Amino acid sequence: MPSAGERTARAASIALCALSLLLLVLVWAGFTPGGGFQAVEEAPWIPALGIAWRLGVDGMSLALALMSAVVFLASVAWPMDPLPRARAYYAWMLFLTGVSLGLFLALDLIVFYVFFDLSLVGMFFLIGRWGHGDNQAAAFKFFVYTLAGSLLILIGIIALALSMPSLTFDMRAIIAERPVGAGLVGTLVMIGFIIGFGIKTPIVPFHTWLPPAHVDAPGPASAILAGVLLKMGTYGLVRIPLQMMPESFAQWALPLAILGVVSILWGAFVALGQSNMKRRIAYTSVNHMGYTVLGIAVAGSGLGSARAREAALDGAVIEMIAHGLITGALFLIAGGFWRRRGDYELAHYGGLSASAPKLAGATMLASFASLGLPGLAGFVAELHIFFGAFAVYPWLAAIGLLGLLVTAALFLQMLRQLFFGEPHSALDTTFADLSRSELFILTGLLALVVLIGVWPAWLIALIAPAAGG
Amino acid sequence: MPIGDLGPELTVLLGAVAILILAMWLPRDRHGWCAGLTLAVLAVAAVWAAAQLGAARLTFMGTFALDGATGWTRLTILIATGLVVLLSPRWFVTDRRHGEYYAVLLFSALGAMAMAGAADLMQLVMSVLLSSITGYTLAAYHRDWELSVEAGMKYFLLGALANALMVLGAVLIMGMAGTTAYAELAGRPPEGPLWQIGLMLVVLGLLFKLGAAPAHGWLPDVAEGAPAPAAAFLTVVPKLAGGLALFRLVALVPDDGALRLLIALAAAATMTLGNLAALWQDDVRRLIGWSSVSQAGYALVAVAAAGRADMALTALLVFLAVYAAANIVALGVVSELRGRTALSDYNGLMRRRPLMAAALIVSFLSLVGIPPLAGFLGKFGLFLVALEAEMLWLALFLLANSVLSLAYYLRVVWAMVFSDPAGEVQTLGGLTPLAPLVATAALLVLGILGAAIWQDPTALPPMVMATQAEGG
Repeated sequence: MPSAGERTARAASIALCALSLLLLVLVWAGFTPGGGFQAVEEAPWIPALGIAWRLGVDGMSLALALMSAVVFLASVAWPMDPLPRARAYYAWMLFLTGVSLGLFLALDLIVFYVFFDLSLVGMFFLIGRWGHGDNQAAAFKFFVYTLAGSLLILIGIIALALSMPSLTFDMRAIIAERPVGAGLVGTLVMIGFIIGFGIKTPIVPFHTWLPPAHVDAPGPASAILAGVLLKMGTYGLVRIPLQMMPESFAQWALPLAILGVVSILWGAFVALGQSNMKRRIAYTSVNHMGYTVLGIAVAGSGLGSARAREAALDGAVIEMIAHGLITGALFLIAGGFWRRRGDYELAHYGGLSASAPKLAGATMLASFASLGLPGLAGFVAELHIFFGAFAVYPWLAAIGLLGLLVTAALFLQMLRQLFFGEPHSALDTTFADLSRSELFILTGLLALVVLIGVWPAWLIALIAPAAGG
Repeated sequence: MPIGDLGPELTVLLGAVAILILAMWLPRDRHGWCAGLTLAVLAVAAVWAAAQLGAARLTFMGTFALDGATGWTRLTILIATGLVVLLSPRWFVTDRRHGEYYAVLLFSALGAMAMAGAADLMQLVMSVLLSSITGYTLAAYHRDWELSVEAGMKYFLLGALANALMVLGAVLIMGMAGTTAYAELAGRPPEGPLWQIGLMLVVLGLLFKLGAAPAHGWLPDVAEGAPAPAAAFLTVVPKLAGGLALFRLVALVPDDGALRLLIALAAAATMTLGNLAALWQDDVRRLIGWSSVSQAGYALVAVAAAGRADMALTALLVFLAVYAAANIVALGVVSELRGRTALSDYNGLMRRRPLMAAALIVSFLSLVGIPPLAGFLGKFGLFLVALEAEMLWLALFLLANSVLSLAYYLRVVWAMVFSDPAGEVQTLGGLTPLAPLVATAALLVLGILGAAIWQDPTALPPMVMATQAEGG
């Protein structure tokens, strides 16, 4: 039974996350799609350097912030008992909530960077304290690797700001000015951003920090890492290089698209080979972020029709949101498995659909969404991405489609192993089904997945004008 | 010759003499009074220095530059010394020469202040010597403890060599240029090999003060062997002054590439060497020492950008100040823990002494440059001026080294937070924990109130030498 302090901490965290979500919904209610950056707040920070506390949203960042708030709400609400040091756990979760929302709302490159870096600190302590297995190596690798990426981004940011007529880190000014043309500086800065954001996203070959971080992190932390933190990489890729230096981006779009396709295939095939449930889901993140990167690269390629490029970018943003919700749900489910049995080995389970039908249903729905079944959110995203990609890089798109097939295979095989066939041991026949709170949380996440799948128009209307601009 | 221009320095000098005399008369159990008097002296000097912040002129026949940079550095030196004084009373309470320690500390701070404002080679040499000689004494203050004596000896041998070469260098420059005044040297390219050699030797002397390669060998030993409060002083205060003095010297020489390239190479070598050596340390004090070497390398990045980036001087001053705060936290925590030094002694400190452990974590993250801690502002400034000076390669060195340094700082953080406590933790108590806590608060607040320390360079009084260099 959780202690009183733990219950209070959990209730307070849920309330605070719900409050953030509520405030974002209020902003959404007053939001005019296509109206540029809105709800802008500005306060001075370091005027001599052109740094200020600038916050605001456009359609893309508002959608991502809303998704993050939902995933955070689900993650803090996810039951975690027995949980050592519960209050510290919830404190760090709230810390990450604030940091992630701040990143998506930032309109100043330095504020963006501050939150980007702070997310590393929060994750380091979460994996360190509440992770399992060789969590020290995982936490170190995560922090060191992603700090290297973030410092590359810092260099790129400074180069952008120095190219401005007068030193400023105001995103809106830099987007309007597009100070870095194609050339040596543009190339160098672009490489810095591709590697920097590529590490965070992660794009193959910069992805090696991800699987251990996921496997050894507690379930809700994984849900946040995959659902929210990875999006910082792709969001940054759109917001900074794509919108601030489109000429250089166009030059580098093809290599980036190739990296995207490599990630799609690599993620899918490696995931297929995993016997550990969490590692498998972790690698599908590499695969899905590959689709996103492909969509972003197509959008910035400057080739093909404008419509195709817009579709690809819409697809990339929808993929970020869909992946956040779907993978968030999958990692929470994986956390549920760990809580019940302390085991992620797929082969140690079997025939759970008899003892845990609700769990089976939720897992199946999330898996189908992840593999891109029509009528669910993943499908909408991938349809848009491939629609654009076929118009711009048809061969790459064709190769990328292979990833969809492999993803389908790996999820179906995982579902068969877990829920059908013979029970692996007597433990499987008494496997506890979803509790009421677990069911409630998963229903909430998956309802959104279905909603976006069957009626995506509202989401596209929210993001499209901003992303296209 | 307005004597008030050197008011802060004279205050410190007279205070040091007074404390020396007082320590002779006071019974040993009352030597703690000397600490209080030292703080009072530092406070008077700091107020005086603050009142002179707006000045921008050469004074005392052109030997001392009273400008914004001097003012800022004087203040940081005085504050840093004050924090070290807070660390000291409990540490030295059993020392027979407790009272004299404060006098030596003040003399050393005086040397640093004189170094910061030096606008003449003779003045520079004199101040470096004063700062060094008192430094050896501080390092070896525990006469009966082998490590302390070893640290002092090493510091002394290296320092004697570096200082002798520096005197030689000053003489060579004087012989070739016919003057030692910066005002007359400014803007003149070194003519002939002797002048160039002289310049190199003076630079070497200042690299020694900074603890930068190739004259860095003393730093890890001092961090490990000197009394912990003295180590906090010696890893911080000479660097504050040495960095500015080196900047002034480099800014004298027209930018033909060679000298700045040399500084940039020293920067790259110093940071890489320091970090690689720290990576394998299981001794926390040596680790802090090597990290302090690498930080000297970072500081040199701003020096290498002298004259090439508008904000090079501001970047240097801000970086050194936030470094000082972070390093005083680190060695302050070590002092409070009675000098514990093995990494395993730090296991589980978060549970036993949460405040001290948290302070050390903040200090390390600030040294890495994680925002919004003050250290971020320092690192950010270095990246900014490196890129503005078009030294991308040096910025990449800075990046790689920051990542490298994170790895060893995290080892200590991990031990403190996630390892099980090894045993009881003995602490010094008294005023000692106050110093790291105050400095930690500064690290937490100054990043967020960045505008307070990072001002528009045009709003600060210009560095006196720089304006004259342009005129000449």
